[in-house]
Amino acid sequence: MAVTELQSTTGLKPIVNDFCMTVCTVNGSGSATANNIIYRALYQMGIPVSGKNIFPSNIMGMATWFVIRVNDDGFIGRVPHDDIVVAMNPGTLVKETAYLPEGGVIFYADHITVPEGHREDLIYYPMPIKELIKTVDVPRNLVAYLENMLYVGIVSQVLGIELSELRIAVEHQFIGRDAIIESNFGIIKLGYEWAAENVEKRDRFVVERRPFNKNLIMTDGNTAAGIGSLFGGLQFCSWYPITPATSMVEAAIAKVDELRKDPVTGKTTCVILQVEDELAAAGAAVGAGWAGLRSMTSTSGPGICLMAENIGLAYFTETPVVIWNVQRVGPSTGLPTRTAQGDLSFMYNVGHGDINHIILIPGTVNECFEFGWKSLDIAERYQTPIFVLSDLDLGMNTWVTEKFEYPSTPIDRGKLIWEEELEKIEDWGRYKDIDGDGIPYRTVMGNQSPKSAYFTRGTGHDVYGNYNEDPKNWSDMLHRIEKKLNGAIENLPKPIVIKGKDARIGIIGMGSTDDAIRETQAELAKQGIETDYMRIRALPSCCEVREFIEEHERNYVLELNRDGQLKEILMLEHSDLSEKLISLTDIGGLPMTAIWAVENILAAEEEYA
Amino acid sequence: MPSTVEKKVERNLIGLTLSDYAGKKSTLCPGCGHTAIANVIQAAVYELGLAPEQVVKISGIGCSSKSPNYFLNRSFGFNGLHGRMPTLVTGACFADYKIEILGISGDGDTASIGLSHFKHIIRRNVPMLYIIENNGVYGLTKGQFSATSDQGLVLKHQGENLLPPLDMCMEALISGAPFVARAFSGDTKQMKEIFKAAIAQEGTAVVDVISPCVTFNNRAEAMQSYTWGRMNQTPLQAIKHFNTKEEIDEETETIEPGTFSEIQLQDGSYLMLRKLDKDYDPSDKAAALDILTESYKKHYFATGLIYFSEVPPTIQERYDLPEEPLNRIGIERLRPTPAMLDKINYDFGV
Repeated sequence: MAVTELQSTTGLKPIVNDFCMTVCTVNGSGSATANNIIYRALYQMGIPVSGKNIFPSNIMGMATWFVIRVNDDGFIGRVPHDDIVVAMNPGTLVKETAYLPEGGVIFYADHITVPEGHREDLIYYPMPIKELIKTVDVPRNLVAYLENMLYVGIVSQVLGIELSELRIAVEHQFIGRDAIIESNFGIIKLGYEWAAENVEKRDRFVVERRPFNKNLIMTDGNTAAGIGSLFGGLQFCSWYPITPATSMVEAAIAKVDELRKDPVTGKTTCVILQVEDELAAAGAAVGAGWAGLRSMTSTSGPGICLMAENIGLAYFTETPVVIWNVQRVGPSTGLPTRTAQGDLSFMYNVGHGDINHIILIPGTVNECFEFGWKSLDIAERYQTPIFVLSDLDLGMNTWVTEKFEYPSTPIDRGKLIWEEELEKIEDWGRYKDIDGDGIPYRTVMGNQSPKSAYFTRGTGHDVYGNYNEDPKNWSDMLHRIEKKLNGAIENLPKPIVIKGKDARIGIIGMGSTDDAIRETQAELAKQGIETDYMRIRALPSCCEVREFIEEHERNYVLELNRDGQLKEILMLEHSDLSEKLISLTDIGGLPMTAIWAVENILAAEEEYA
Repeated sequence: MPSTVEKKVERNLIGLTLSDYAGKKSTLCPGCGHTAIANVIQAAVYELGLAPEQVVKISGIGCSSKSPNYFLNRSFGFNGLHGRMPTLVTGACFADYKIEILGISGDGDTASIGLSHFKHIIRRNVPMLYIIENNGVYGLTKGQFSATSDQGLVLKHQGENLLPPLDMCMEALISGAPFVARAFSGDTKQMKEIFKAAIAQEGTAVVDVISPCVTFNNRAEAMQSYTWGRMNQTPLQAIKHFNTKEEIDEETETIEPGTFSEIQLQDGSYLMLRKLDKDYDPSDKAAALDILTESYKKHYFATGLIYFSEVPPTIQERYDLPEEPLNRIGIERLRPTPAMLDKINYDFGV
């Protein structure tokens, strides 16, 4: 129902493009497809929108939720309450209504019983799902699935989502499969028309077309990372399935033939190989990196635990390799299908002995693409494992994001040398610091010069790779590696800073909490508290990070883990500024909300004022 | 007075001398079986006429895995992690598939901590010579039981071994290896011929070398000792490798027909198997399993080529890779075009 229509027929003041709607279904019923059609139609209408799938670690039969938020100001992070609930799961209806404020809206399948007298303050829209589905000829095995398309039609009609956009969204969902497009859209249309004739609109939520999404695309962080890696000249990827990282490699598999056909020979230049466990995934990636291939593996926290010994080996043998961690909730198996930022501390120093790593932290889907290619360059430049720290929210949820930008710099293979360059170096040694930047020159197998070979080992070695236990040699080696990595710091992705007006208070965040923190910044400004917001995109932290902390009276470090891991790292790296850092943390497995952040910052501000 | 006769230095097919294949001085115990293996590898690669630059040595952790330092100085080597040698090989093998990979491991590496990697690299059929330097004991940690130790073996700090051993040839066979052999550090002649054949053949070639640990497990009654090996070794055939058809023809001319078989290997070289006391057909997998079971039961030490089959596609053959080494492909051939990205943006867009 259109806005003007709503006003003229009901006299209600409409709430345009500003609501959060949760669709509650049973997992395995095919509802993800239905929800994506609604989500995509809203995106096509140009409205700022997000969709988050909150799902169980289960294949079929448990409760699952899909949360859609539309907001004209572009604030589309998670909110802790709903304005609208679509209840398709008989088991959870009553529970879901707890998230609705007074005047909230609930669409429900009318075979679900609402207890008499329950929440009379809500606006109920019963949907005759079972009855309607009987009116069409549907294969028995598809009934449950197509019932979902009915709510797509009904809810869309009541909210004003255009039927023509639903059609396009369906076509996008089932590209080229005409019969499936027709049958799905037929059911959506049935629901839509039924609602137009039978539903009297009593709520105020409506959507209206906007011009915002013309230059934006819709995809998830894992897809972006997988494709980004292929644009980075990835040549070898070994992996082992794990939620929520699996879809990254699967995205690369889907595109590798198309994107990585060698223009000269027509053959493929990238190998993707599933192996027996994460030990092997890391080992093979290290082996490939050592042998001169641009190499990567992708996993989540439990996989990183298994990869730890290979990470130490790669660090000390100075082997380039990229390791993606799409974080889930730990410790242990934890909450495999929920999101967190709890692996930062572990990743920063994973491995035993004197060890530290470079971590890149994408905060948007577009950055997942960018860091996909860039990480391979950084790994080869500094001859070390590079971690990219994503999370389930960023990786698995579909986001509306900036278009992918073509890599701005050519592929960098660092100081990888072949016969000719080797010939020019007098007294080459694999670990010899010839340029004084701590980065040695690297030869790889296949080099035909009799001088090129060396013996790589995880044990103590001298600059030629020979076994060595001498204390000074060991110390020199470790300090040279330190120097090499320190030299990387200012060449890593810089933080993004969004300034307030003469702000004295800083907010520091990382990764997928970006939406929530930008909204927090705006909400605090409304309440008279100006803040500057810095999103850190790489560790160790660079000089801009230090300056930001220094410039503000106090800095709230917001993150999704218990102990304030980012804050701890910043305290270590800038210990003289530690009093300027205040930790605010949230755990529970769900994306951060601005409401939580605002509440906590306000409470803290009261204390400091 | 200096001799006026220059000693003639022997050279192989590509004009290199044996010393071009040398390694560093061994730091293993004097008499260690692994030193014998290191010397045999050196000789085998030399005799095959492979340039050291065309060989890569990758190992795990332990006495055995230190040994790649003691041969082929001019070959790249990677002494990696305990049990994980096959994983490094799996990645490295794609960089340049014309390079011959020698995987060196021990029984701790392969029969215990890395058993799954062992079986999976065979399943992938990564082309390599996979050597298990099997001494039935952990040497570098000073004498603990391994998964191939004899049942009943007594060690100083360990007491008696209660568990039966794994037979690594058996494990290789049932995992699908197309080349399985057993050798003995006390019989370097046979070992060399086996290594040459294993290198000449594509696919994962597994050679379990019983290689005595003179310090911790060399008592005469121990099944991995020199004494027991020498007394009980039962070669399944006399084995000899030839680089060319002419060489093998010259050899077989004088041998009674029907007492030997001739196999052409994938690199074009030849293998001759001469019948000894009993008939043994190494192309019969069931016979191979039988001989391993029987030799364990009856306490004899079957060595030689245990199994040999057609080589299934190697892991590289399962991908459509360019002829030239992947690690030498220029960067301009590794990045998709801007138009390809435009298409992705279009597909993902409104």
